[in-house]
Amino acid sequence: MASGREIRTKINSVKSTQKITKAMEMVAASKMRRAQQRMLAGIPYWKRVRAVLRHLHYASTEYRHEFLVQRDPVKAVGLIVITSDKGLCGGLNINVLRTVVKRMKQWRDQGVEVEVCAIGNKGIGFLQRVGANIVSYVRGIGDSPHLEKLTPALTVLFRDYLDGKIDQIYICTSVFINTMTQKPVVAQMVPIKDTADEVATQLGIPTAEWLKGVVFEGEERTQEGHWDYLYEPSAQVIVDRLLRRAFESVLYQAVAEHIACEMSARMVAMKAASENAQELIEELTLLYNKNRQAAITQELAEISAGAAAV
Amino acid sequence: MAMTMHVDVVSAEESLFSGLAEFVVVPAEEGDIGVYPRHAPLMAALRPGSVRIQPPDGKDEILIYVSGGLLEIQPYVVSVLSDTAIRSHDLDEAQAMEAKKKAEELMVKRQAAMDYARAQAELAQAIAQLQAIQRLRKRTRG
Repeated sequence: MASGREIRTKINSVKSTQKITKAMEMVAASKMRRAQQRMLAGIPYWKRVRAVLRHLHYASTEYRHEFLVQRDPVKAVGLIVITSDKGLCGGLNINVLRTVVKRMKQWRDQGVEVEVCAIGNKGIGFLQRVGANIVSYVRGIGDSPHLEKLTPALTVLFRDYLDGKIDQIYICTSVFINTMTQKPVVAQMVPIKDTADEVATQLGIPTAEWLKGVVFEGEERTQEGHWDYLYEPSAQVIVDRLLRRAFESVLYQAVAEHIACEMSARMVAMKAASENAQELIEELTLLYNKNRQAAITQELAEISAGAAAV
Repeated sequence: MAMTMHVDVVSAEESLFSGLAEFVVVPAEEGDIGVYPRHAPLMAALRPGSVRIQPPDGKDEILIYVSGGLLEIQPYVVSVLSDTAIRSHDLDEAQAMEAKKKAEELMVKRQAAMDYARAQAELAQAIAQLQAIQRLRKRTRG
């Protein structure tokens, strides 16, 4: 059995660990609130983009953009993997990466090649180790994502798509359900499915609003294709720009949401760690007191035995 | 009261303006576009500049700077989808090239790391074999 002093040092070290986990919990809690606000701040843009896309769909444009045309067969796909830069957030990244591995295995079995755009340190490290083909990556996003940092990595995938190197682009990330639960999802991003509603129904999550894509089904075609926009400078330029913006905003939303997930997961993980530390301290204190009591009792017994001998 | 339309100015990171207006001027790529309510449906690319919004009831004009983006006009709704940074096709391409190069470097580095790891493993194996041989020799001698 450990001596009294050893137990004391152990208790002290657990106490200082607990202080750290408590501080991290509080930091994560305050960051989570801000991350959630940021997640909501991008929604008006996405809603406008979606509305414009919908109008565009109803307008009888001659021009069909590559991003809207389904390709068959699919020989190669691009996959965007969103993870956090830092650890200590429970199973958040592991769940995303497990989903990624499962999906990649399915694709490999079908003979589909996969190229990856990794966002976040954890994903980069892991995908490097498993030998994925990383074509672009982003690290060091921090607490507030910026579109400028994300777009170059996305453009790499778009170029490969337009060159015909890949036929679909998927995105894998965590969806924020509530503070306790985050769910990893894989969703098709490019080309847009006309009834992308299925993604959302499959998830059944209101916060996955941005993943729904453009919902055409069940909506009235009010102006039955008799009108079109005036385009300045041309339909090609406008549609191309609009679709790029749309996907960029999807990516931005996904990253913002993932940060909110990361913060809440970290908060929960650190809360659990603090509680465990408290339990450990209590156990150790009990052991220490027992030890001390035993030592005192033994000393007393020795003294009284000595006195009796005299 | 004059006719009004709904105006939204949004960027991917936040909403910049949402409300009613009598008149809007938007900096399109091919020249400024002035919009009154009941304008024909139009979509235009924007250049960096300011959007001027005239709210109803003679309130002061509102100026919002946008660094490019898109404009969509429906008869009673004007949407300005603002970019968060100055963008151009060439700039996008250059940045993409750079991102790709960075990723390629990462892959090369991984190759190097894997070679290193393999060499290390082989070295460990060789050392173990040597030790085994030495031990065997000692035993035969002893």
